[in-house]
Amino acid sequence: MAWAGKILRVNLTAGTCKAEPLNMTWARQYLGSRGLGSKYLVEEVDPKVDPLSPDNKIIWATGPLTGTMASTGGRYTVITKGPLTGAIACSNSGGYWGAELKAAGWDMIIFEGKSPQPAYLYINDDVAELRDASHLWGKSVWQTEEILKTSLQDPLLRISSIGRAGENQVLFACVVNDLHRAAGRSGVGAVAGSKNLKAIAVRGTKGVGNVRDPKAFMAATRAAKKVLADNAVTGQGLPKYGTQVLMNVINEIGALPTRNHRDVQFEGAKDISAEAMLTPRPADGKTHLVTNQACFGCTIACGRISKIDETHFSVQNKPQYWGASGGLEYEAAWALGAANGVNDLEALQYANLICNEHGMDPISFGATVGAVMELYEIGVLTKEQIGIEAPFGSARALCELADMTANGIGFGKEIGLGSKRLCEKYGHPELSMSVKGQEFPAYDSRGIQGMGLAYATSNRGACHLRGYTVASEVLGIPVKTDPLTTEGKPELVKAFQDATAAFDSAGICIFTSFAWTLADVAPQVAAACGEEFTVEELERIGERIWNLERTFNNAAGFTAKDDSLPARLLTEPAKTGPAKGLVNKLPEMLPKYYQVRGWDSEGRPTPETLARLDLG
Amino acid sequence: MQKMLHIDPAKCTGCLSCEMACSYENYGVFATAKSRIKVFDFHHTGRKVPYTCTQCDEAWCLHACPVEAITVDKVTGAKVVNETTCVGCKVCTIACPFGTINYVQETGKVQKCDLCGGEPACAEACPTAAITFIDANWTGLSKMQQWADKLGNQPAAA
Repeated sequence: MAWAGKILRVNLTAGTCKAEPLNMTWARQYLGSRGLGSKYLVEEVDPKVDPLSPDNKIIWATGPLTGTMASTGGRYTVITKGPLTGAIACSNSGGYWGAELKAAGWDMIIFEGKSPQPAYLYINDDVAELRDASHLWGKSVWQTEEILKTSLQDPLLRISSIGRAGENQVLFACVVNDLHRAAGRSGVGAVAGSKNLKAIAVRGTKGVGNVRDPKAFMAATRAAKKVLADNAVTGQGLPKYGTQVLMNVINEIGALPTRNHRDVQFEGAKDISAEAMLTPRPADGKTHLVTNQACFGCTIACGRISKIDETHFSVQNKPQYWGASGGLEYEAAWALGAANGVNDLEALQYANLICNEHGMDPISFGATVGAVMELYEIGVLTKEQIGIEAPFGSARALCELADMTANGIGFGKEIGLGSKRLCEKYGHPELSMSVKGQEFPAYDSRGIQGMGLAYATSNRGACHLRGYTVASEVLGIPVKTDPLTTEGKPELVKAFQDATAAFDSAGICIFTSFAWTLADVAPQVAAACGEEFTVEELERIGERIWNLERTFNNAAGFTAKDDSLPARLLTEPAKTGPAKGLVNKLPEMLPKYYQVRGWDSEGRPTPETLARLDLG
Repeated sequence: MQKMLHIDPAKCTGCLSCEMACSYENYGVFATAKSRIKVFDFHHTGRKVPYTCTQCDEAWCLHACPVEAITVDKVTGAKVVNETTCVGCKVCTIACPFGTINYVQETGKVQKCDLCGGEPACAEACPTAAITFIDANWTGLSKMQQWADKLGNQPAAA
């Protein structure tokens, strides 16, 4: 039935590992990965728990399609209560690790408590044991992977781990697997760090051999792969340019947040774009981009593998950074670049490497640096406080602050708190470009109105991966809507949010949705799991997951007033571009959204809505 | 016409579709650990290289086998392990210079690529044509074509 049917419960306090049967009722209601992991979390964790206390739990979860031949079927999610936001956190990653866990015969791992000393979890099919990780503590993600593979004499191990940022409980620390794929947002890595959990090393040899109807499954996955191959975005744009294909496009439409959202267009966008990555650089005549790379089972292959310019100031005498490595993807290039006004591509790649090496979310890190630079420019922060001159556009400040934050040095410790806490501390909360404490990604909601609503209502704080209406408003997928108006946006946001929850929970990548609708996903899930998984059922599951996450957040103390945007986006009009003169019109959209969702005016699902979704 | 697997590493994205297709074809399970073709990821250079048996004419494995468990498929040219004959002595795994025949603990036999009887699942599954199944006499054709194209674009010698 595609699920392994077995979960692993690890009590870090007691040092025990215990196998449990998967709750199949929940599996059919929440599918897997994001949905199913969230269900376990909501059932087991008090919403008011301190995210960094031993009472919080953290879950690594795969979906039913993880580890199968469905295109992009290699995803897993890390679910916990997030320290950056205080909301439910659920971060999704690709690479190979998720498929390996599934191949070992586990749907998910639930960690509870706190280990008395650094520990890592070793899994070899049915064998699961906690081991001492004292020798790994203080090591980077890259070193951890190397040391485990070497010392355990198994080059086929897959590792998911935290780096120094997670150990230091940087509030936007991530979990990294396969060197440069990350469960990136909301600080899931800090939760692992707070539990002294360094890594999970997995070797799985069993595979997935129980899809319901193998013949139908192979036919469905083959047909769906053809849809991806024939689509201009997933078949050509993403493999060739990666997500970076968006840099010039979003700048053009006046929705590229620049210098902490002061501007909506960046004069240096072309210097940090996909096209720039493909242009030979003067220093060595080579292109930044080396090749593209796929995650497990993916027939899109949007991943970027690049080589930094060895003569760049950031890596002089640092040969460990000269090899090919992950990046730049669009969100990172934006956050490290446009958000700070930095147009030095090599500096962005350096900061990105540091984020991968030490396990930090480049979006929140870059955006927090953007806030620091604005505080510096208005004279609130000084060179002495920061440790370096930090005006907008300073590539040196960016690189240095990356090192300081990852390693917990000096002012880096304050950046590690994220922009909300940092800006509050220095008396300018309005300069934190965040929702529910989590920094915005790379789309300015003055130029893409629907994204304002998607950000404001995202269950994990500002995020592009919870309702990517950019697809419709900018790219015309599945239908073109006007990015500058609010009409129809509440319905659009809801539809995207629900569908996304279903994609995520199946164990596949949301990037397939540039080409696939749930009508492409349903036949694959049905062949793998059961005939009942129709398009309508997947929509219902998606909506159920959305409301489940919402009820957790409401119980954690979030209210309608947290469904908001920084004043800058609501009151300071865009200065240039097609959106010139516009602010985000969230107040026009939010009440309608609550109505469309079946929520009351305080943003709480009504009893009828809960009952309709079996959440009553 | 005999065909062979042709591998173009420059086209490989590292998605492991070939490994899953191989394990599914042979064992009915998606398990890269059971695959007879492996993709190696050289992350310092960004190169991904699929690798499997090239079906040597004078196959070391075949000659080394003391019980003649490895025979030639006359149609495909593949060197095929007969599992009922194989005694799991592993001498072939030592003899093969390329490491492409390996022991399987679960069965007590060795396994290697057998070209799926003439329709290799790996090549069928590869989304980028990094693995193709082509005329054994003309595996150099596409490289020749690329160079011919380059040459054709040069100005004629004076």
